[in-house]
This record gives sequence, structure tokens and C-alpha cells, in this order.
Amino acid sequence: MSESYEATVTDPVSAPMTCDSNPVEDWLRMDRMPHIWCPGCGIGTSVNCFTRAIEESSLDRKNIAIVSGIGCTGRVAGYLLLDSFHTTHGRALPFATGLKLASPKTKVVVYSGDGDLFAIGGNHFIHAARRNLDMTVLCVNNFNYGMTGGQVAPTTPEFAIASTTPYGSVERPFNLPYLAQSCGAVYVARWTVYHVKQLQRSIREALEKPGFTFIEMVAPCPTLFVRRNRLGDGLAALESYEENAVIKNGADTRECDLGMGGPIVCGKFVDIDRPSYLSNQVAHLRKVLGDRYVMPDAWQGVVE
Amino acid sequence: MNADPRGVLTGSHFLDGDHAAAEGALAAGANFSAGYPITPSTEVVERLAGRFPFTGGTFIQMEDELAASIAIQGAVWGGSKALTVTSGPGFSLMMEHLGYGIMTETPFVLVDVQRGGPSTGLPTMPAQADMMQARWGSHGDYEIIALAPSSPQECFDLMIRAFNLSEKYRTPVLLMMDECVGHMLERVVIPSPDKIQIEPRRYTKKGPGEQYWPYSLEECNDGDLVPPLTKVGEGHFPHITGLTHDERGYPAMNAKSQAVLLGRLVDKIRKNADDIITIEEDGTDNADVVVVSYGITARVCQPAIAKARAEGRKVGFLRLVTVWPFPEKRIRELAGRVSAFVVPEMNLGQIVREVERCSQGRPKVRGVTHAGGAVHDPEEIYNAIREVMG
Amino acid sequence: MVETKKSVAPKAPKGHVVVNTERCKGCGFCAQFCPTGVLAMSKGFNLKGYHPPIVADAAKCSGCDLCGMYCPDFAIYGVKNGRKPGGGDL
Repeated sequence: MSESYEATVTDPVSAPMTCDSNPVEDWLRMDRMPHIWCPGCGIGTSVNCFTRAIEESSLDRKNIAIVSGIGCTGRVAGYLLLDSFHTTHGRALPFATGLKLASPKTKVVVYSGDGDLFAIGGNHFIHAARRNLDMTVLCVNNFNYGMTGGQVAPTTPEFAIASTTPYGSVERPFNLPYLAQSCGAVYVARWTVYHVKQLQRSIREALEKPGFTFIEMVAPCPTLFVRRNRLGDGLAALESYEENAVIKNGADTRECDLGMGGPIVCGKFVDIDRPSYLSNQVAHLRKVLGDRYVMPDAWQGVVE
Repeated sequence: MNADPRGVLTGSHFLDGDHAAAEGALAAGANFSAGYPITPSTEVVERLAGRFPFTGGTFIQMEDELAASIAIQGAVWGGSKALTVTSGPGFSLMMEHLGYGIMTETPFVLVDVQRGGPSTGLPTMPAQADMMQARWGSHGDYEIIALAPSSPQECFDLMIRAFNLSEKYRTPVLLMMDECVGHMLERVVIPSPDKIQIEPRRYTKKGPGEQYWPYSLEECNDGDLVPPLTKVGEGHFPHITGLTHDERGYPAMNAKSQAVLLGRLVDKIRKNADDIITIEEDGTDNADVVVVSYGITARVCQPAIAKARAEGRKVGFLRLVTVWPFPEKRIRELAGRVSAFVVPEMNLGQIVREVERCSQGRPKVRGVTHAGGAVHDPEEIYNAIREVMG
Repeated sequence: MVETKKSVAPKAPKGHVVVNTERCKGCGFCAQFCPTGVLAMSKGFNLKGYHPPIVADAAKCSGCDLCGMYCPDFAIYGVKNGRKPGGGDL
């Protein structure tokens, strides 16, 4: 094995080169690379799964909008070459709500972190799920606030160390799939970024399903959560996901709590059908107002 | 451009200010509103919720004012014309997204039907105590446009003007009502659609796939500081962020980008102040004292001014229809030749400070304050006029 | 190493990987999770001081692009020979 990488760069393989660009680059704002994420951070991996899922789906790129809040995962919107919105902290979901109602032809994807979606944005999450407005929420859960230096989050496991719980957090964290299901999400899954293939498939399913769909993507924050809790580095975290993952499709979400070092129940937990906000709205107003109902122009031919 | 007839309820009506404001929004072509109930503003969204299904619009009641004030911005980027409506405590919550709207240059109208504060204050009683919050409520430096109607008719008229200004300058516009104006019933005449002028949204002329930067002045004439908009689904793939950004919309966090961006955001309002500012004057030409007021208080002043004039006093009147940007130029001109300004307002002294600033110590400036909960007794205003005239 | 190369030399590999070493931050995901053990981490450095992956055993590459899916820095991808990246026909 060569120890000098130059040799392998100039001649990486003996086979002929067939292209000179990474397929993900087509979906990225390459003028913004390199990104800000730390070595071993799992957010970039989740982005690969996302771009491959949209590539595989039937969605038209023009009709996908990505909305993020604030934080490390909040930067995803700024790196994707889509209609992309980096909103205020916690408010990606209400922004996405307005966007979807104004432009139902748009597939609205909210891509944000656990702190953004479940602490400052928690109230918006429960209501967005309750309304069942068509949108896909992709939550990178790295168990802490990365951007601001690793503070305790509503997902930090009990007794884990964070910068604002230097002796360990004593709060019980949210079990995100259970929360999402309780609030009315019609599709709920959890994967770790170790499970790239399953995650890609799951994102595609969520994107193609009407209603409020939610995927928790467990990912390492190697600089803060992983390091402070002496769990090694990003790679060690992914190896622990491989070891601790228990794949259980259809699992009872009440049994999907995440603790330090405990099992990580992964899989598709919920996949049900329930009328979405838009179709319910149109059907109801037609029933109540009859011909007098004037459907918004942007809904014509999109919402039935 | 004339108004879309779908939203225009042409005719002579007996309406309160809240309902008139809702009709103004419909006439202006608003087709989206998100709100959260709060007295004394709720009637606006109640009317919109009832009317939108007949005009092709959408109303959604959100979980709080934070959500309402950002949902409307999502809707604007989805192609809608949008507004939200609130009062004091909700106005405080919405400051977060007022800042976001200014930074991202998202046009919308935010209505504050003012009540007594701080905190929960006087939910069903009037005040004009959010005037400085309207100016400085978000963190950071910016310029804002705020209009203050004095009657239900003006709630209708100024709502249309607020939308027009928001589109023209690609910025949020505040309609600063108060509980009195909001709940006062008067005749409101809604003209026919061809008599209502609407400022159309200026979209980029770039086609799908062409490079469009959301903050580039490439498509602007010289001196025009307002870049054209786009919306989702056009294939422009804009990136919109509340971070300090460059022309491309990309985060650019350094002192130079900050100076360039904020400079333009402020200049697009300041340099167009003459176009934005509307004031009404009466008898200011040879006045000795000028009463400066706005909103409901501008009407409460009238008996006091009439009484003073009946005594032969030269009392002028200036009503701020546009409160922000403040009509500095005109107040400075008057300051050079009047002996005093009297500034009645339903707060403990807010706009009076602006009058003082523009007066630069020349004429006397006398505020006539009121903590809110009721309008002034005109006698207090009359006494203030007498006092400054000696 | 030499032996391995010899043993697979007669067969053309099914795929290959392309590495953008200067974009790599050395997390090691690609090498660890490559199902056929094509990659190893270099002891050398890129300009930013990270250890990028090297192709240790090119012959084993199936072009599955799992390395590309794992790479959080968009610095590597796999291609099936005779196919476009992402899987389309050439």
C-alpha cells in the first residue's frame, strides 16, 4: 500500500475515469463549498441520503423547497441548490406552513436540528404534525446544540454531559418518534447515519407520501457531544450505531427511547393514511359553500 | 395596475376600523393571512377568515404570533400577498420576524391595533404606546415604514397604501392602528376596483435556469435600490437567509458585507422618504403653534384647536399619516418659524422626542401625554396650547 | 498487498472510486464502511492537514458508491465502470 496519497490521487484506479464530478454536486451550491461542518459530523452524510432520495424520486427539482431553522443542520438549506430558506431559530415549520399553503405544488422539506425543531420550535412541531399539512420533516438529532458549543438539548440522554449540564443532564429527553406519532404524523421513521441505504429509501418514501412525514436521523456531533461524553470520534459513533441499532419496523414508538449506550431502535414505525390539511380544506369548503367557494389560484389542479 | 375585483366590496358601508382594514387588505389583493387571536385586533382576521373563501385567499390560525409572523413570509415566497394582525403582546413576539422580513426584504403588512401595555396591559382599551417599538422593536439597525390611520375609512385606505409601499420598497410595512380606531364604527366608502391603484409585485424577468440573485441590482435602474423578487417553483433556486448576505443571498459575515447590506436597506427607505411620507396640515402657514398628532389622538385634538382658534390664536395642525420614516424635513422647516409644538399622544412621550430632535432646541416642544386606557380630554390639549403661547 | 493485486489482476474491477483529497476531512467513514475493503486511510496529509483515503485495493471496487453516501464532505464517490456517477447510462 502506498503511504503517499499523491500517488493514489494521480492514479486512483486502473479503470478508466468515466466522470469528474460527484453526483451529489449536482444538488449542491458548489460555490459555497467547503461546508462548515466538523470532521466526522453526520449532517453531510444525511445530505447524501437526501439528494440521492430526491434523485430517485419522481419529484421535479423546481418544485422542491427546503426550509431550515438555525444551527449546524440549519445550514443545510444554504448548501442545497434548490429553492432554499434559512429562517429564524425554531421557525422553519411555520415558514414552511405558509409556503405550502401559498404554493401547494411545491414539495416542502423542513431540514433542521433537534434543538431547533423540538426546543425553540417544539410548539410549531406539534401543531404542524396535528394539522397534517403536506410536508416532510427531516431532523438531524445529534443530542445537543452544536453551533453554539454543545449545550443540553431536549434530546440529550439522561445523565449525558453537555456544556450547560457539566455534571450530566437530569432531564428526560424527548422520544421523537413517539412525539411525532402522538401529534399526528402519518409517517414516522428513525435511522442513524450509519444506515445510509435505509435512510435514503425512507426519505424517498416520506417525500412521496402526502401529509406530515417525519424522519429522525441520529448523527454524531464529534466535536461536542461525542467528545464530551468520551465516546471517541465520529467514526466510533457510527460504529456504535452499527452495534447498538435494533431494526424493528413497526415498533411501538413508546419503546423507542434513546439512552446513553442503549439500543437505538431504528425502522419505519408509522405509515398511515389520514386526510391532509389541503385536501380536507378543499373538500370541506366545497361541501359547506358549494359553488360559491373560490379555490386559491395556486391550488387549482394541485389540490383535490 | 387596478385592483382585482374579486376582493373589492365596492359600496358604502358602516364598518369598524378592524373590518375596514380587512377590506383594505382584500382590495389590495392580499390572498394570505396567518394570525393569532388577540384583542383588540382579532376582528381583522375573523373577517378575512370569513371572506377569503370567496376571494381565492387562505387564512390559517397559527399556534402563536411567532408562527403567524413567519408563516406569512413563507407565503410571500410562495407567491402570495400576505398580512398578519396583532396587538401589543403579539407585536412584541412578532419583532423577531419583522427583523427577518427587513433582512430578507420580504414584502408584507403587519398591523398592530395598539392597546395599553407593557405586558398584558389593557387588552380592550386604547394606547399609542408602541410607536417606538414600531421604529426600533427588532434588534439591529434598519429603517421602517409605519402608517397611522385616524378613522375606519383610513384603515381601509392606508391598508392599500401599506401594501403598495411594501411591494414598491420590498419591505415589511406597519399599520399602526389603535383600539379606538379599530373598534369605532363609521361610514367607509369602498371605491370600484378601477379606482383603486395597486402596486404590482416586481418579479425578476429572468427565465428558469438563468442566474438570478435575490439581492442583485442588476435589473434595477440607476438609483433604484430595490432588487426584484422571485418565488418558489421558478427554477431560480434562490437562497434566502436572515444572516448578513451578499448579492447572491449567501451568508457573508464580515464588516464590509454588513456595511453594504445595511447601507442599502436603510438607503432604500431614507432616499425615498419624500415618496413614502404623507402628512396632513391645516393652518400651518402662519401658525404660531403647531399641534402635531396622529391616529385617534389627531381627532381628539380638533375641539382643542377649534377652541384656541376661536380665541384668535394662530394654531396650526399637522397630522402624521406616515409616522416612520419621520417627516424630519417638514418639522425642521416649521421649527424655524413657529414658537412651539404641542404633541398630544396616547403614551408617556414617544413621538414628542422626534419632534424635539428635529426642533434642535429652537421652538418650545410640549408633549401632552396620556398613559392609555382612554383618549385625552381635549381640554388638556387646549390647556397645553395656552400654556406654550403664554 | 502485492499478492492481493496479483490475485485479482486478471479480472477488470467492476467499479472505481474518485477522491477529492483536498475536500476530505479524514473522518474515515469511507474506509471503515466500504463493503469490499477497497479503501484505507493515508498516513500522508492533504493541504488542510487531514489524512485522506487511498485506494488500497482497486480491484475489489464494485462501484457501489457507499463511500459516496457516507462521505460527509462530498469528497469521494464510487462509480460502476461503464456507468455514469449516480447510476445512469453513459
